[in-house]
Amino acid sequence: MIRVQSEDFDLGIELQNLTRDNHGIGGLCSFVGLVRDMAGDDDISAMTLEHYPGMTEKALAEIEAEAQGRWPLDGTLIIHRYGRLDPGDQIVLVAAASAHREAAFEACHFLIDWLKTKAPFWKLEDTNEGGKWVDARDSDDAATSKWDKKQPAAE
Amino acid sequence: MKLLYFAWVKEKTGTSNEEYALPDGVTSVAELIDVLKERNSGYSEAFSDHSVIRVAVNQEYVTLEHAVAEGDEIAFFPPVTGG
Repeated sequence: MIRVQSEDFDLGIELQNLTRDNHGIGGLCSFVGLVRDMAGDDDISAMTLEHYPGMTEKALAEIEAEAQGRWPLDGTLIIHRYGRLDPGDQIVLVAAASAHREAAFEACHFLIDWLKTKAPFWKLEDTNEGGKWVDARDSDDAATSKWDKKQPAAE
Repeated sequence: MKLLYFAWVKEKTGTSNEEYALPDGVTSVAELIDVLKERNSGYSEAFSDHSVIRVAVNQEYVTLEHAVAEGDEIAFFPPVTGG
């Protein structure tokens, strides 16, 4: 499931909803991204996330479908927020549920790595020197490409 | 066609979206960028370095060699930084 929203989410409720009706699920792995209060030498007082409505949902659905094709998953969830956020706020949740933990761990890791380089979101940080658009990081590209030849987890 | 701009590309062009008539002779994204750069200093600055511009045609990532046609939705933006 994909959700793009400005409002916050309740991690506990979201994860319960993902697994509640399927007792064949033996493992659930989740990742939550949070707004930090510093970046390099800058203090961050707030962050604004911009996105490309339409393409965002499409890109997230493609990422989710890719994970479901690579691992035996019983449930996946991607929630990404946009708009103005404060330090400590939740930005993103990805979760993967499966019969066994390996697929859940790997798919969760894959979802956030691919999301970071493929979903059309941009972060604008409010710093002591004014607004700064966050630069994409080479390490994120490397994190994405490490999945290029990754084999699905053994069941 | 519809042109969309995001993040600092939007700030430099000064607009988030616009209707635009495909100029005669323009068939690729790269050619379209070359024409847009001539409009004013903001566009010129936004597109000064092709290596930091990402392009989506009809909401799919494409390369600069990709074809463009009247009716397309073409978006220009920096490398993404979500998550």
